[in-house]
Amino acid sequence: MVNQYETVFIMTPVLSEDQMKETVQKFEKILTDKGAEIVHQENWGLRKLEYPIQKKTSGFYQLIEFKAEPTVVANLELQYRRDERIMRFLTVSMDKYAIAYAEKRRANRSAKAAQKEVVAEQPAVNNESNQTEQA
Amino acid sequence: MAQQNDIKYIAPVAVDIKKKKYCRFKKSGIKYIDYKDGEFLKKFVNEQGKILPRRLTGTSLKYQKKVAQAVKRARHLALLPFVTDNLKSN
Repeated sequence: MVNQYETVFIMTPVLSEDQMKETVQKFEKILTDKGAEIVHQENWGLRKLEYPIQKKTSGFYQLIEFKAEPTVVANLELQYRRDERIMRFLTVSMDKYAIAYAEKRRANRSAKAAQKEVVAEQPAVNNESNQTEQA
Repeated sequence: MAQQNDIKYIAPVAVDIKKKKYCRFKKSGIKYIDYKDGEFLKKFVNEQGKILPRRLTGTSLKYQKKVAQAVKRARHLALLPFVTDNLKSN
């Protein structure tokens, strides 16, 4: 039986950007090697923690959504525990509402990203149109 | 104008009109409460970071359980604090 899971993990802020990406790739590989299908990925970048973990006040967050057999999760969590770069992790199985929500969230995020690009590309045009509206 | 004022005095307004509480998830049709959205979950938590009871927020039992679950997950991921003072002012 294949379930959909969502995993979030926090990496130490000590890592450089490249090291952080390498860590993410390592866990991607662990998943894909076991026959998991990665649905979606998000990197939240360096975020402030609400309370210190291992005496660090910030960390790199990474979100991975994947479809896999339940046994894959056990293996993934074992790998998390063995890796000292991982400060925290959480894996959650997704029900149908969670999947629907995740899809909506993804659509929202991509729409926002697209909007930002448009604004960045044509700021002058937007300003002009605003002015005409006001007039 | 005068008439309107008179009416106000004839029928005294009840001091506290009880506003019926409602479950915001049922009302707006939210089916899933996201643990990744720390800002949203702060609505269900008091200044010390404790989960607010159902009797204050009006959330239905079904969704209160989900709120609690989401808050606890968010705490694990350091998106919400376990304990603080004045969470709202930060």
